Amino acid sequence: MTSVIHDIGYRHYDGPRLGRSYAVRSLFLHNLRAAYGLGRPTKTKIMPFLLFTIMLLPAAISVAITALASRIGGGQAINLIRYEAYAIYLQPLIAIFLAAQSPVLASRDLRFHVTPLYFSRPLSRIDYVLAKYGALTTALFILLGTPVTLLFVGALATKQKHLGTHALHYGAGLAGCLILAMVLAAIGLVVAAFTPRRGFGVTAVMAVYLISTAAVGAVQGIAENQTKFTLARWAGMFTPFDLVDGVQVWALRAKVSTAEPPPSGIGGPVFTLACAAIVAGSLGVLYLRFRKAGAQ
Amino acid sequence: MSIIATRGLGKQFPGVLALDGLTIDIEPGVVGLVGANGAGKSTLIKILLGLLPPTSGEATVLGHDAVRESMKIRELVGYMPEHDCLPPDVSATEFIVHVARVSGLPATAARERAADTLRHVGLYEERYRPIGGYSTGMRQRVKLAQALVHDPKLVFLDEPTNGLDPAGRDEMLALIRRIGGQFGISVLVTSHLLGELERVAGHLVIIDGGRLLRSQAVTDFTQASGVLAVEIEDDATNRDKLGERIAQTGLRVHPDGRLLLIDIADETTYDVVRDCVADLGLALVRMENRRHRIEEVFSS
Repeated sequence: MTSVIHDIGYRHYDGPRLGRSYAVRSLFLHNLRAAYGLGRPTKTKIMPFLLFTIMLLPAAISVAITALASRIGGGQAINLIRYEAYAIYLQPLIAIFLAAQSPVLASRDLRFHVTPLYFSRPLSRIDYVLAKYGALTTALFILLGTPVTLLFVGALATKQKHLGTHALHYGAGLAGCLILAMVLAAIGLVVAAFTPRRGFGVTAVMAVYLISTAAVGAVQGIAENQTKFTLARWAGMFTPFDLVDGVQVWALRAKVSTAEPPPSGIGGPVFTLACAAIVAGSLGVLYLRFRKAGAQ
Repeated sequence: MSIIATRGLGKQFPGVLALDGLTIDIEPGVVGLVGANGAGKSTLIKILLGLLPPTSGEATVLGHDAVRESMKIRELVGYMPEHDCLPPDVSATEFIVHVARVSGLPATAARERAADTLRHVGLYEERYRPIGGYSTGMRQRVKLAQALVHDPKLVFLDEPTNGLDPAGRDEMLALIRRIGGQFGISVLVTSHLLGELERVAGHLVIIDGGRLLRSQAVTDFTQASGVLAVEIEDDATNRDKLGERIAQTGLRVHPDGRLLLIDIADETTYDVVRDCVADLGLALVRMENRRHRIEEVFSS
């Protein structure tokens, strides 16, 4: 009889109630899991895990070739893919991940009106936005940082020369991945938060990436033809990957991985400020967006 | 001590005055908030949760100010919104555990409470399936579960019977009665249907156009116009004789088939009827309280 199971008396909860920071952590973790489809049906896991695997492939191949070369004695002539360049080279894949998963975090709660359930709990709208932003940033950092880490492990395993230098570049590469993750998450969430339907969100994020990249490429081509090299360098600011590469070149002393380095002089600082402005502006816009949604 | 108190509460939306100087005091128990669509019920709940700031007046929930201490209030209350508010791609278990943690319950406690609460609202095996495939009745249960999972002192249920079929409605009302009774959790439940709330609430607050119409115990609504139905053995002559006799005492009597319906003036009415029956030597078959439905109170 089901009524036997059914008839349990109500028990009150008198255990600990962990406060607001725990609530924010819980929301962060839930969204991080959501970014990879964890705790959800299998079909939602396919896209993120497929992209994650493909992201690892070039690193794995690079390590394998280096290992093979050193065994047959061709050794140190073959280099691993540069740590700081890895994410820049694979930018289309990263853009697809961003486009596919930003709507999962940004617009799902809006589309299904879940926000009132959060805002009727001890959680402010700032907390909510920070948890979402932190979750997507972390998800992207895992996507970008794991293959770079694989490269470093490969360098250690194949006993490359100058491992100290490797370690430094690996550190710089990870820092670059973090900055890129922060900038991309900021852009992806804002675009997706204003397109409640998932399909529109995916398209909109992809469009922002493709249009900005194509436009900047065109401007740089024309500028170089007319020998306006400074203009070509400034143009890089308007596409996220070039922008972050500019910061890597200036702040992390990395070699340039895109078509153009940032302009010399104030170029580096301006690119860095632009990254900070994108993150801050995005958080502000998201706050306003969810403040409105919470009152509905 | 009142669990909800408002003083001259007002809310002005662009072009609409949603609440207009609302002053109410609500005691623990199951309280029904009745009003037509657009009367200001949802607006009141959102102000009490601190989701909307009032434009005038003040409100306290469980002794905490709704504007300044909304975080504290939200730890202590649960809220079931009127509209659909569930993500389709997660299971009820996954979702309820998640919101329990957002309410501050540690991981293990969140899992235990989620399992208990889902059972209490009547969700069993289906709780492992994604919510997207649930019926309206099941969704309402999940919505109720998320409002209860952190064991609040008070829950706000906004139109919980909306969209349910008659059987689902009865089950939801029975659940609400259990929450107020067995669970010992105070309930503020809204509906635009008076009759529904009459069955579960101990106290009713009726608002219209953002203004308070009435706030009183359900028994007060019905006692004021209570009717005593009296049936005696034998034929209609005896019934009429008794009717005349009772009418002489100043009570209002009217026949209704085999019955006599007597308006209850006060406690002594029962004694008067008993004495009249005894004096005439009639055999009393039954004497019962007939409560008017609240709807009748308002239509008259």
